[in-house]
Amino acid sequence: MTDNGVDNKGEEKGTENLKRGLAQMLKGGVIMDVVTAEQAKIAEDAGAVAVMALERVPADIRVQGGVARMSDPDMIDSIINTVSIPVMAKARIGHFVEAQILQALGVDYVDESEVLTPADEEHHIDKTKFTVPFVCGCRNLGEALRRINEGAAMIRTKGEAGTGDVVEAVRHARKVIGQIRQIQNMNEDELFTYAKDIQAPYHLVKETAELGRLPVVNFAAGGVATPADAALMMQLGVDGVFVGSGIFKSGNPEQRANAIVKAVTHYNDAKILADVSRNLGEAMVGINVSALPDDQKMAGRGW
Amino acid sequence: MVTIGVLALQGAFIEHQQMLEKVGARTVQVRLPQHLHDLDGLVIPGGESTTIGKLAIAYGLIDPLRHFAQSKPTWGTCAGLIFLAKDIGIDSQPILGLMDVCVDRNAFGRQADSFEVDLPIKGLKGDTPFHAIFIRAPIVRAVSEGVETLAQIDDNTIVAVRQRHLLGTAFHPELTKDLRLHQYFYDMVAETDSSSP
Repeated sequence: MTDNGVDNKGEEKGTENLKRGLAQMLKGGVIMDVVTAEQAKIAEDAGAVAVMALERVPADIRVQGGVARMSDPDMIDSIINTVSIPVMAKARIGHFVEAQILQALGVDYVDESEVLTPADEEHHIDKTKFTVPFVCGCRNLGEALRRINEGAAMIRTKGEAGTGDVVEAVRHARKVIGQIRQIQNMNEDELFTYAKDIQAPYHLVKETAELGRLPVVNFAAGGVATPADAALMMQLGVDGVFVGSGIFKSGNPEQRANAIVKAVTHYNDAKILADVSRNLGEAMVGINVSALPDDQKMAGRGW
Repeated sequence: MVTIGVLALQGAFIEHQQMLEKVGARTVQVRLPQHLHDLDGLVIPGGESTTIGKLAIAYGLIDPLRHFAQSKPTWGTCAGLIFLAKDIGIDSQPILGLMDVCVDRNAFGRQADSFEVDLPIKGLKGDTPFHAIFIRAPIVRAVSEGVETLAQIDDNTIVAVRQRHLLGTAFHPELTKDLRLHQYFYDMVAETDSSSP
């Protein structure tokens, strides 16, 4: 059996269908950042559809500074052995060896993430070379389609991780969804020029225009801290939500995790949203993105 | 007209809706017990079975779903098959427990072991096999009397079953363009619909 090959039983593995398909199964769900096996268990018990294993949540990366890297394989193993839901883990942008290691550990998805310190300022990972699927961040349609062209099987809008301020997540989701709405009304000539302007491959721009959505699942991320934030992103048109620091940096992680899961399923039901928003205790403290100097913003990493 | 509900707590429910509509059904998203009224059939989609189970409990859906699926055609795919089964090997996860099958979750392993394969399925129209997509899929380890095996791989791993009005598949027909299984379920619903008074 070779990678992306067919074995003697006629079974194919590591295909685009399978990579994108797993993301389809996560839709309408919440993916939670966890740094220990105990947190992973809390996330699974609260109804998370997957966990993102990382060494420090983005809020701590901001406070502590230094180079943020892939997590210790022991920590990833312990999480894989603790929960039955899919386990994702982050690799630095362009660090294809970290991605090879994560694939060898058997993680279900690799996040090539701007939350970690980039390892390459010109190249993203060639994700087509891997059998493990990748999720990548974006701020606009061009960035999303460039990542898909490199082999990303799932997209998340970047937002501004570790702030608890949803404003950038909203900006990026509105940008991507607004641009898709725009291209749906374009003719071929206009699509060619538009693809050139946003530096995206024409065939993906055309496919997106025809589908009226990205060709892969699109989650929101970066600053979601409350059930209302999560439902806001869902109503804007994303397929699901990543919550990073928002859960385990809050006063009552179990209850907040549970509430955000319910808010994503019932995102159109304001009565349920009101109920799940009650008595959640302290939300994460948060940083206003507008008060954050540009060199401390993570969303600008990657291109 | 036949109306089929799709459990929309989490997972690939929109894909099922689109395919059911292509074969002629009206579809409704089911998130709360009252959404089950006036449905002729129900699809429980793929997704994370632990998440779907927890959300079903939180909003009082377990008993209404069980009651519905006791008499009305219901089809579970992947996580939905786990949800329909009587035995999944663990007690901690909420299930409907209606189909006389033993199901193993994540039976093939992690995402690295997910695969696609051409699969002959009993009762499907046409000569071509069904292209089946298995994603962190369960298998049916054992079936009781009254459960018909519709498809297996390697001649011993059961991946599609039917017990009267209940249908279970370990793979994801909603991720393909092949409408034959949705047509098969639509016909199950339409037959039940016309035979009831």
